[in-house]
Amino acid sequence: MASLITLIWLLVKIVALVLALVVLVIYLTYLERKVIGYMQSRIGPNRVGPRGLFQPFADMLKLLTKELIFPTASNRYLFLVAPMISFGTALAGWAIVPFDKGMVFANLNAGVLYSLAVSSLGVYGILVAGWASNSKYALFGALRAAAQSISYEIAMGFALIGVMMAANSLNFQTVIEAQSGGIWHWYWLPLFPLFIIYWISGVAETNRTPFDVAEGESELVAGFHVEYSGVMFALFYFAEYANMILISTLITVLFLGGWLSPFQGIPYLEQVFAGVPGFIWLGLKLSFFVYCYLWFRATFPRFRYDQIMRLGWKVFIPLTLVWIVVVALAVQFHLPPWFK
Amino acid sequence: MLHRLRHYIKSATFWDLIKGLSVTGRYFFKRKITIQFPEEKTPVSPRFRGIHALRRYPNGEERCIACKLCEAVCPALAITIEAEPREDDGSRRTTLYDIDLFKCVYCGFCEEACPVDAIVLTDMSDYHMEQRGEQILTKEKLLAIGDKYEATIAKERGEEKIYR
Repeated sequence: MASLITLIWLLVKIVALVLALVVLVIYLTYLERKVIGYMQSRIGPNRVGPRGLFQPFADMLKLLTKELIFPTASNRYLFLVAPMISFGTALAGWAIVPFDKGMVFANLNAGVLYSLAVSSLGVYGILVAGWASNSKYALFGALRAAAQSISYEIAMGFALIGVMMAANSLNFQTVIEAQSGGIWHWYWLPLFPLFIIYWISGVAETNRTPFDVAEGESELVAGFHVEYSGVMFALFYFAEYANMILISTLITVLFLGGWLSPFQGIPYLEQVFAGVPGFIWLGLKLSFFVYCYLWFRATFPRFRYDQIMRLGWKVFIPLTLVWIVVVALAVQFHLPPWFK
Repeated sequence: MLHRLRHYIKSATFWDLIKGLSVTGRYFFKRKITIQFPEEKTPVSPRFRGIHALRRYPNGEERCIACKLCEAVCPALAITIEAEPREDDGSRRTTLYDIDLFKCVYCGFCEEACPVDAIVLTDMSDYHMEQRGEQILTKEKLLAIGDKYEATIAKERGEEKIYR
């Protein structure tokens, strides 16, 4: 009986999270169009509802009512499964994210490994989609996505190793606790190069500009999802945006102290902001990174394919390797004030 | 050597990227130049050549005398005219005056050829068709457009008179 209640309670929480994510994602598409519009001296969508606020609902309804088209040459089974893989992994990543002290679905001891594994699995959605479409554009998009995420996964993994060593744990809760003590104790400072590399690799991992060769409109039409329409396209879209938010959250958790208040240890401000719940701080920090995704998209042109590979293999991986040694030494010799 | 060092420092500090981001960041707060089209419109020159119209004299008599000069001058062969003496007074009038908007190139030669200023190009640039066949402007439609916009047509023709 007790286990049944726990199960139902867990299901309710999961549904709440998924609903919140859906609303966040569809409003992120609205925000993206508005922000990019503003940066191009336009005002973006403003016709559906006040200030265009209902535009994402109109878009969603349009996508949901559209016909599903299966190309005759495609592998129908895989073609159908691919968006589900993308969607499922985009949701699964949220299981280990701590929103506040103790507010987490699965308090995994190997949370860092789990997040790495899930984000790598997400690539299968793209790969399978590209292969099952049986279209040259989709296949090229999938190949590029695969090559890109393999390269950047390594740099990301090394950046995570730095965090693991500094926190002496693979558990996200412990990683956050280890960063307590105000803004100067968060890991962005001692692990600064890893922070920047994790951030850039995160942008590359989610296939966003300037690393969006996988769907590069100018040469591959839309890359891996050219052949998709209707709900299946919507699932890919959802997965992309949910991953953006997830990566932003992970950056916040790993390098910016997650739900910790930035005013810890500052005399007056700490008391003033003591009542603010942790998930508000988390939301504020992660929204900065989400905004940066849109800002980058409005600013940077796409990297050339070989430049992406050069950056990943010849710059990021050596840099992270060097900094892992630096972190190891700092931890070993208890470099104050971070590693006591 | 120094050049390469500068290059390395520049790329390690993301100097160029930050400069680019600051440009878009500044534009985010700048005044937006969007014009809300159906409510707001950009100024239109009085010489703008938009949809066609047939004008009338102030007493209500149609101007066109079926001389067919517009039909002859039309480079796109968009105008078709048939004429007959009118039944009540025997004056020469058109029985058919069709302009095919899909053929028309909006050169304005018909307006220049017209000896009585009957066919004119108004400054209306926004119009649409919903059915096939609606692109043919018949005499009735042309006269209706002329009646609707006579005030602006007359005003613009008056302003431009000294240049013609």
